[in-house]
Amino acid sequence: MRMKPVAGILLRQFYLIRGSPVRALPMFAWVAIDIVVWGFITRYLNSMAAGRFNYVPSLLGAVLLWDFFTRIMQGVSTAFLEDVWSRNFLNLFATPLTISEYILGLVITSVGTSAVGLAVMLVLATAVFGLSFFSLGVLLVPFLLVLFGFGIALGILASALVLRLGPASEWLVWPLPALLSPFVGVFYPLATLPRWMQDIGHLLPPSYVFEGMRAVLAGRPFPAGGLAVGAAIAALDIVLAGYFFTRVFRYAIRTGLLARYSAESAS
Amino acid sequence: MCAHSPDSGSHLSHADAGHPAADPPAGVVLSVAGLCKRYSEVIAVEDVSFDVHRREVVGLLGPNGAGKTTTLNMILGVLSPTAGSVRIGGIDLALGRARALAQANFSAVYAPLPGNLTVEQNLRFFGLVYGIPGLGRRVGELLREFDLERLRATKCGVLSSGEQTRVALAKAVLNRPRLLLLDEPTASLDPAAAQTVRARIRGLAAEAGCGILWTSHNMYEVEAVCDRVLFLSHGRILLEGDPRRLPREYGAATLEELFIRLAREPLAEPMGRAG
Repeated sequence: MRMKPVAGILLRQFYLIRGSPVRALPMFAWVAIDIVVWGFITRYLNSMAAGRFNYVPSLLGAVLLWDFFTRIMQGVSTAFLEDVWSRNFLNLFATPLTISEYILGLVITSVGTSAVGLAVMLVLATAVFGLSFFSLGVLLVPFLLVLFGFGIALGILASALVLRLGPASEWLVWPLPALLSPFVGVFYPLATLPRWMQDIGHLLPPSYVFEGMRAVLAGRPFPAGGLAVGAAIAALDIVLAGYFFTRVFRYAIRTGLLARYSAESAS
Repeated sequence: MCAHSPDSGSHLSHADAGHPAADPPAGVVLSVAGLCKRYSEVIAVEDVSFDVHRREVVGLLGPNGAGKTTTLNMILGVLSPTAGSVRIGGIDLALGRARALAQANFSAVYAPLPGNLTVEQNLRFFGLVYGIPGLGRRVGELLREFDLERLRATKCGVLSSGEQTRVALAKAVLNRPRLLLLDEPTASLDPAAAQTVRARIRGLAAEAGCGILWTSHNMYEVEAVCDRVLFLSHGRILLEGDPRRLPREYGAATLEELFIRLAREPLAEPMGRAG
């Protein structure tokens, strides 16, 4: 793999973000609003609980991790959609660029944009609402890595869907995380769910993160085994999503979909 | 008829390293052999074969829907052929896609550069994608060469047609391609701008030594620029030759008249020469 083309994909996204406040704002605005809203909800719940339970880590921590996952996923798919919106496929894929170089460029873009969002969330949640996430220290890293892996996989999958189904299918991308959220127990233990939903939840890496986070906050041992399973599923999902994207790309090359994509984008 | 190519649909998965390039005949930058594209029962391109040599401008002519853009898309690797092969600089596109495309570039009116990037940003972006060494210097050269220096910080989306064409051409020669594909490069230009672009492209062939495959509906332009033309109709090559001699050889007064006659042939068979 050559790094110059990857740097090209990154540079393009950097130019777009630098040149457009409309693109820069969503990197931190929505996550900041989420943290503020949920921060006040947890304050209210804490006042109702009168010291019997601290909702800040379990609720606000869950919101923070979930928003991080969502940002990662949307970071990949939004970078991809930039090429859809600017009808750039023909220019891009008539070059020596390989699929792996292209996807790596999208992933690194997402890392950068999500890091901004994560930093804003951590600062707000810690400074304003007293979330002591930093006290988890390095234990936070595995949680973030599993969510990062699955976010990447879902972002690649969403991009492949848009490539396969056409520009109008862009609306499918945005609700994907919300569609998964009931199954992964962001705010409640998986045991709360009916059996069939639990079975689906066990196939989704974020379930292990949120179960693990609640275990740590409850003072139980660090759930290394569960997180390892989550990480393995996330890694497998990345491979499967990459394979799916490649298959869709080949289909688009074979059927002429890629060559016609510009014309379809214009309609 | 189009027999299925063993490579079709899978050529992108091949690694680009390790496939030795067969030695191309001297000076051949593009070799297309038996190229076919079939969509279900519709044959878009059938058994098209031709070469493009260094310093040669070859016109790919034909009525709308003749298969010109389909042929160009297959050469650019964004459409896989049902059968046949494309070799760029001796490298089989199906086996060494990245290495083959590193030697080519293109400009087409229907593939504008991203309008939300400036002229300079677009050149830097595509320069990295093509892996150009000394990119800053190369971008500076092209901005000067294509008279784009005053537009370097202007977003491409707000440029005039002529300015966009110049930027697209600058991007098309970023990697000093051995093969340049131009799909109606002067389609939206006024006559003066078109003449400048034609001169520049002729210069590229003569000075940089690249081979150029050019599509156009402007027969005057074709006669002025192309060393050789290929007439495509119903996905097949009907005629090939010198655009200045072909009309006389086939009993037509002008290239345009010959074009119209060929375009109206219901079942275009290769034409016989005039007695």
